[in-house]
Amino acid sequence: MEALQRQPVQRWVAQCDGCIRVHDEAMIRVWMNLILLAVVLSGLSGAWGLLSTGRHAWGQWVASACMALAGVLGVGAGLAALAGNKTLVIQYPGVLPGIAMHLKLDALAAFFLVLIFVVGAAASIYGLGYWPQARRRRTAQKLQFVYGLMIAAMAMVTLAADAVVFLTAWEVMVVAGFFLISTEDERADTRQAGWVYLVATHVGTLSLFGVFALMHAATHSYMLAAIPPADGAVVRLCIFLLALLGFGIKAGLMPLHFWLPGAHGNAPSHVSATLSGVLLKMGIYGLLRILMCLPQPPAAWGVVVLSLGAMSAVFGVAFALGQHDLKRLLAYHSIENIGIILMGLGVALIGVAEGHPMWVLFGMAGCLLHVWNHGLFKSLLFLGAGSVISATGSRKIDALGGLARLMPWTAALFLLGAWAICGLPPLNGFISELLVYIGALVPATHAGAGGWAAVSLAAVALAVAGALALACFVKVYGAVFLGMPRSKQALRTREVSLAMRVPMVVLAVMCLVIGLFPMVVLTPLEHAVGVWAWPMGGSKRLATAVPWRELSIAGLALVTGAGLIWLLMRRSSSLRLRRAEPTWGCGYVQGTARMQYTASSLAQMLVAMLRWVLLPVQQGGAPAGIFAGRASFHSDVPDLVTDRLLFRFWRWLQLRLRPMRRVHQGSIQRYLLYILLVLFVLLLTLVPVWTIVRHMLAP
Amino acid sequence: MALSLINMVMHLVLLAAAPPLMLGLIQRTKALLAGRKGPPLLQPYYDLYKLLRKGIVLSKTATWIFRAGPMVTLVAVLLGGLLVPFGTSAAPLHFQGDVILLIYVLALARFFTSLAALDTGSSFEGMGAAREVTFACLSEAALMLGLLVLIKFSGSLSLNTMLRAPAMHAFAMLPVASLMLAAVGMFIVLLAENARIPVDDPATHLELTMIHEVMVLDHSGPLLALVNYGAAVKLFVFAALFLHFVPPVPSASPALNWAVFAAEMLGVAVAIGLVESLMARLRLTHVPTLLVAASLLCGFGFILMLR
Repeated sequence: MEALQRQPVQRWVAQCDGCIRVHDEAMIRVWMNLILLAVVLSGLSGAWGLLSTGRHAWGQWVASACMALAGVLGVGAGLAALAGNKTLVIQYPGVLPGIAMHLKLDALAAFFLVLIFVVGAAASIYGLGYWPQARRRRTAQKLQFVYGLMIAAMAMVTLAADAVVFLTAWEVMVVAGFFLISTEDERADTRQAGWVYLVATHVGTLSLFGVFALMHAATHSYMLAAIPPADGAVVRLCIFLLALLGFGIKAGLMPLHFWLPGAHGNAPSHVSATLSGVLLKMGIYGLLRILMCLPQPPAAWGVVVLSLGAMSAVFGVAFALGQHDLKRLLAYHSIENIGIILMGLGVALIGVAEGHPMWVLFGMAGCLLHVWNHGLFKSLLFLGAGSVISATGSRKIDALGGLARLMPWTAALFLLGAWAICGLPPLNGFISELLVYIGALVPATHAGAGGWAAVSLAAVALAVAGALALACFVKVYGAVFLGMPRSKQALRTREVSLAMRVPMVVLAVMCLVIGLFPMVVLTPLEHAVGVWAWPMGGSKRLATAVPWRELSIAGLALVTGAGLIWLLMRRSSSLRLRRAEPTWGCGYVQGTARMQYTASSLAQMLVAMLRWVLLPVQQGGAPAGIFAGRASFHSDVPDLVTDRLLFRFWRWLQLRLRPMRRVHQGSIQRYLLYILLVLFVLLLTLVPVWTIVRHMLAP
Repeated sequence: MALSLINMVMHLVLLAAAPPLMLGLIQRTKALLAGRKGPPLLQPYYDLYKLLRKGIVLSKTATWIFRAGPMVTLVAVLLGGLLVPFGTSAAPLHFQGDVILLIYVLALARFFTSLAALDTGSSFEGMGAAREVTFACLSEAALMLGLLVLIKFSGSLSLNTMLRAPAMHAFAMLPVASLMLAAVGMFIVLLAENARIPVDDPATHLELTMIHEVMVLDHSGPLLALVNYGAAVKLFVFAALFLHFVPPVPSASPALNWAVFAAEMLGVAVAIGLVESLMARLRLTHVPTLLVAASLLCGFGFILMLR
């Protein structure tokens, strides 16, 4: 019995050794080198611009050209590596004394690399129009430099094969993120969002140090290698919980999401696109990698991830409904989509624990494909929001309106993004949500699943989240693009420049292609899923398990059907008998733009229904009395964690720690002295303590 | 082979032609119960014909989305109609996971109807859109839970297998309690999604309605014809879906299957007419309670099947 239980473990270890062995494949080396070239290109893309005085725009053109080139190289090599499905490990000995650096390229890393480079290049080109150096002289150079660094660091995180490279790249990535978020640091809320982000992300980094320290203790190596399950359940549980905390903060998992709305709302829009579309996914990537090191997870882990995912999905979109700021709203939708991604992962983990290969397959395929899809449509939406902001100068949803007539391109592209994020056919969001749905529903179809059929209730949470997301995007699109302009800014609007439209078109086309022809993602997805799922005991039947062809037929049927009716209606005589009149106001003729239904009113019923979690704050009310005076009404949904808990706690802490301020004098010498003193104290205390402990432990 | 071809043709013909008749049947039932003679059974067809020949009045505020709304909605519900098997004969389009496609094409229809409503800039239509998307959040949960009952029972994620499973099993094998709970829940969903009493009143055409008729207030001529036809198709598809939750009448021959299906659809139409005649419309604030009740019924139906 014992031997039988140990058997899969040994196979796992053997396979892992197989991964680490260097394959003699020439091609994968070429792809690796091209990707490293792309990393260097993007890392240095903004550096050239620093040499210029900032008066000229050439630095920005060079940066965008470098990013575009890096994008072509990275995406091409990444896709080729995905298709080849080989693993390559490179070792650079002696970069740091005694520690070798390891890089690893496999299909899972390549899957994330493709997304990084697509969105990185698209947003950089968009920046030419959105954040032009000519107008943003103070910040543009810094932004380009840090932006390139962040893209390069994200790519290095996916390539890292040991803790040192991983943590170094991770830290560069998050600190670059801080500088990008606080680009407009003349505004107080931007500064605050930046600080909250920095604190949150460093709590995450700290727990990652814990993860890697524990892993080093278990495996005696800094490599990301599997820990034998025999090594103690407590250590593995600690690693899992710390990884969930560290990567959960990065990904914006629901109770840990508090830094996200402010950060993504206040960064420049093309940066928000990258942060939301890609940076959050690094949390998912890290979680996947660490879970690969913990074979045979107990089912409870899957249940935790699934529940947290379902919570993020439903409450993320619930908070989005209450927002009045276009970008904050989109940021909350990122939390929802991270939830959907984690629901897929949760189902996969339960499948691993319970030994159901198909659950692993569907859950993981949904998780990974949604990573791609959310990266594409969320960046599209953020870029669309950026176009709205740069054209009108306003982020307030209720101050806009009627933009579809004035900005037809942006309106159509934003509609496509909204269509995709609601998971509606025939766009890409539907395909990945379908996979997550199937993953969640499959347990109900298994006769032998027993109580695990209750996992299928997650599909209900997903359905509710989907319906809420639809309500939210009806609200946003209706208020921003449809109806009549509600303010002067919205009236004086022009379509944005070509540099801003082209990246959006590229992203939109990708959404459309994945939606209409989902079989294009089959091979990449199969290989990326395989890296994670097959050693864990997943199935290899992705090509046959999902009805790729039928999905394509259904999508094309929708498009052709709508096209046919459109043509028929154009040809029919009726459209010639066409009159344009004001909107029917039920007999009331002098309707003004201010009388339109606002976004807040549209969401009001849902916000009221969900008030037990949203806790909306209202000021003012209806005018009262026979001769009613002026009245005003304002409602807001503050964030549950940031505004209600964290800031209060900090204020309390600030008061309590006031005496500590005397220590902070602001001179660097003093701080260096502090560091030295702390080191001395630690050495003086820890070394003797450790010696005593060792003596006590020694037999 | 020939038989399946005939069945498929029957399905397509029924899906395309029968929906307005269902509206006529509901109107006739209500008229008879009210002691009136009522319009002819084919009145909805005459109305569609009349609207198709009329001109269009467009709002000055509206864009292409206003015109695309009814078209996309109609195509979406027609695609949904291809996924739901009518009676015991197979649906023309079926694959693993098409149950999700059904839910999401209905969502697509809702998305575009609501956007077209908001495109006019009218606050009245905005209210309709707000209510539509709000109540859908609750009815979608109920729909999912109801379908979960059949997913659990049939072990399949294809509507074709799921929905026909009760008819394929002996009565003694059926989880009757679960099915009955789910059937009540699904009937409420049917009424809510199609804006019937007690959720919305389709009879008062203009300012007194609350959800669906409000949203399409500015559509006229052929566009209104598309809207009305699309709404009829949606009702038909939901009725066909609901029938599978009712313990079935087994029938051996295919001809008999279509006869049974027709009789059952007539029954649903009469039932809707009865509800509309005997009940008053609920207050708007009470609608969520009703929909949550539907979710609970379907949810209990599912929980009863967990072992």
